[in-house]
Amino acid sequence: MATIQLRQVEKLFGEFQAVKPMDLTIQSGEFVVLLGPSGCGKTTTLRMISGLETVTHGDIYLDDRLVTWLHPSERDIAFVFQFFALYPHMSVRQNIVFPLQAVGASRETIERRLSEVVDLLRIAHLLPLKPGKLSGGDKQRVALARALVRRPAAFLMDEPLGALDAEFRESMRAEIKQLHIEQEATTVYVTHDQVEAMAMGDRIVVMSDAEIQQVGTPAEVYYDPANLFVAQFIGSPGMNLAPGTVAGDLLSLPGGNNYRIAPEWQETLSNTQNGAADVLLGFRPEAAEIHVAGELSGEVYATELHGAYKMLHVSLQEEHDVVHIRSDRQADYPIGAGVRFDLKPDMVRFFNPHTEAALLAKRPPPVSRREVVFT
Amino acid sequence: MTSFAETGPRTAVTEGIRVDKVNPRARLLKNIRAVVVIILALVGLIPVFAMGITAFKSRADVVAVPPKLLFEPTLEGFVFLLTDRSQLRGTTLAEAQENAEGGEPIGIFDRIALQNGQRINGPSDFILRLRNSLIIAGGSTLLSVTLGLFAAYAFSRFEIPGKDDLLFFILSTRMLPAVVVAVPLFLMYRQLGLHDTHFGMILLYTVFNLSLTVWLLKGFIDEIPREYEEAALVDGYTRLQAFFKIVLPQAATGVAATTVFSFIFAWNEYAFALMLTSNNARTAPPAIATMLGRGGIEWSAIAAGTLAFLIPVIFITFALRKHLLRGVTFGAVRQ
Ligand SMILES: Nc1ncnc2c1ncn2[C@@H]1O[C@H](COP(=O)(O)OP(=O)(O)OP(=O)(O)O)[C@@H](O)[C@H]1O
Ligand SMILES: [Mg+2]
Repeated sequence: MATIQLRQVEKLFGEFQAVKPMDLTIQSGEFVVLLGPSGCGKTTTLRMISGLETVTHGDIYLDDRLVTWLHPSERDIAFVFQFFALYPHMSVRQNIVFPLQAVGASRETIERRLSEVVDLLRIAHLLPLKPGKLSGGDKQRVALARALVRRPAAFLMDEPLGALDAEFRESMRAEIKQLHIEQEATTVYVTHDQVEAMAMGDRIVVMSDAEIQQVGTPAEVYYDPANLFVAQFIGSPGMNLAPGTVAGDLLSLPGGNNYRIAPEWQETLSNTQNGAADVLLGFRPEAAEIHVAGELSGEVYATELHGAYKMLHVSLQEEHDVVHIRSDRQADYPIGAGVRFDLKPDMVRFFNPHTEAALLAKRPPPVSRREVVFT
Repeated sequence: MTSFAETGPRTAVTEGIRVDKVNPRARLLKNIRAVVVIILALVGLIPVFAMGITAFKSRADVVAVPPKLLFEPTLEGFVFLLTDRSQLRGTTLAEAQENAEGGEPIGIFDRIALQNGQRINGPSDFILRLRNSLIIAGGSTLLSVTLGLFAAYAFSRFEIPGKDDLLFFILSTRMLPAVVVAVPLFLMYRQLGLHDTHFGMILLYTVFNLSLTVWLLKGFIDEIPREYEEAALVDGYTRLQAFFKIVLPQAATGVAATTVFSFIFAWNEYAFALMLTSNNARTAPPAIATMLGRGGIEWSAIAAGTLAFLIPVIFITFALRKHLLRGVTFGAVRQ
């Protein structure tokens, strides 16, 4: 298994910048997810790593091998396509052994590797069939088998679960992750589904506008987003953001709310904003605790039952500045009722509204190590 | 208004069909349409049928008025078509007839010739014409489909400078009646020594067919997702290997359809064959036509020739029929 390194890798299609210069190192055996909205350059990045797309500038290394200008077949990388790309005129068996035939493997090797992956993915009964006869999940397994059989240096997967129905995605997700753990295979996995990214990634590379926005573990991108884009893109709904003005150790928020700034933040906020400028206060829905004597107040705007909990839409002022608050499933909040809530101090973040970057506390707040709670 | 309950079908519907089509009136209309189509098809087949029976009629039956539907079939037409004969006279004829009656073993063709007072000297040159047709049509089809396939693949997959202009240019060879260039071609072929050669005719038909094959095959290859080749590339194959192992098998339908169209064009071509060949490379179509000129009109021989001429086309179409049907409807439904 190999380390993948991108150094200032950039892609232009004519004038259009599909990937801005990007640095990224993927460790051997790591499962890295490229996550981002449609059109942000995820597929293009993956295709450049595989050699299916030529880079405009920059270099790609596999371990110490410079592969920037190598033909895809010389890179020793397997690619799993969104629509599987199983060769329709070949049987499942022929599909799986096709990569081995390319390198002229001996018949014994082919048989041995074939039976290994077939056992691993439990697809022995599919071998004589043509891909057209398979269900989506089985196609996915065969595509994975075809990738695994070669024991490549790295796996690239472009939305491999995108074509499956929701129910099946979840079990395949676990299956792929399990395979990764068993094989210790360096994997770059593209998706625009953040739940998938959170569930599978050792690290997540959040992309937007052809650029990397943040690289971090799922907990890092969730609790400590590097900027407003990541804060809002990760989580459903995303992080709550409320505009505020710093005045001494108080932050005045819409609706006449005042939030007392925790000591570790005071210096940061007064320094960067010259004591009197705007900041954005950010917190996750589960960071708010409803409490009769809460520091902040608002009015219930809408409620949604999400099964295990209830999501309150609370407007801080009139019908504006709506924040989402997670509350007990059984509590009853009539529309228009007033609510008061506190924010858990370790889950509060601040952003500069002009640069959109997250502000750092003088003494970094302890990162919550609890499980990511997610819908 | 009658409701569907009244007009609906008596028996349960066990086929995939739209609801308004199971209504008995719609069914009746459908049957009427089917009958009309069958009648039209039969009318259309009358000339072929007439040709088929004419090929097996004797000289006398061919010209009978009204045409005979019931007659004694004979291979006379084929004998006239396929052999070169000389008329026997007086004593030689009597001698030959005597020998035949005396039990001397002679073939069925000789016997038929003898009935007409003729002796077979050898095969006629119609066999040569058919052979020329096969060589020229086969050769040009192979060439134009092969070249067309590579060109179509390149046009479909690669960034080629001036691609659209090139494609238009290729098509523009079809924009004027081919006969317009007949005289220049004739002079050119004379000069180049290509006149009346197999190579010259293969070259000509290949060029004519290329525009068709490039465009047709490009359509088929465009339909094959690139991902298949890309998968083959990362699986360790070169572009050329991916083409042969992945693209070609999936384009089989298109190749079959294109082959049939090319072959039929080259096989049927008349005007250029008449003008650019005289003997060595002369193909069947002008040869059949010139039979009209020699002596009396041998209708049965002409019919036999046309019948023989149809066989390869029918054979190829039949051999490729499975691909053809898919080929014609290709693109209408994504597989
Ligand atoms: N061959 C190409 N020529 C021109 N533009 C391209 C080409 N391939 C991709 N693009 C453009 O580059 C941008 C990034 O595309 P890319 O496919 O990498 O996005 P993505 O993040 O994978 O999006 P999605 O989630 O929709 O798959 C898009 O705006 C796309 O239109
Ligand atoms: Mg994509």
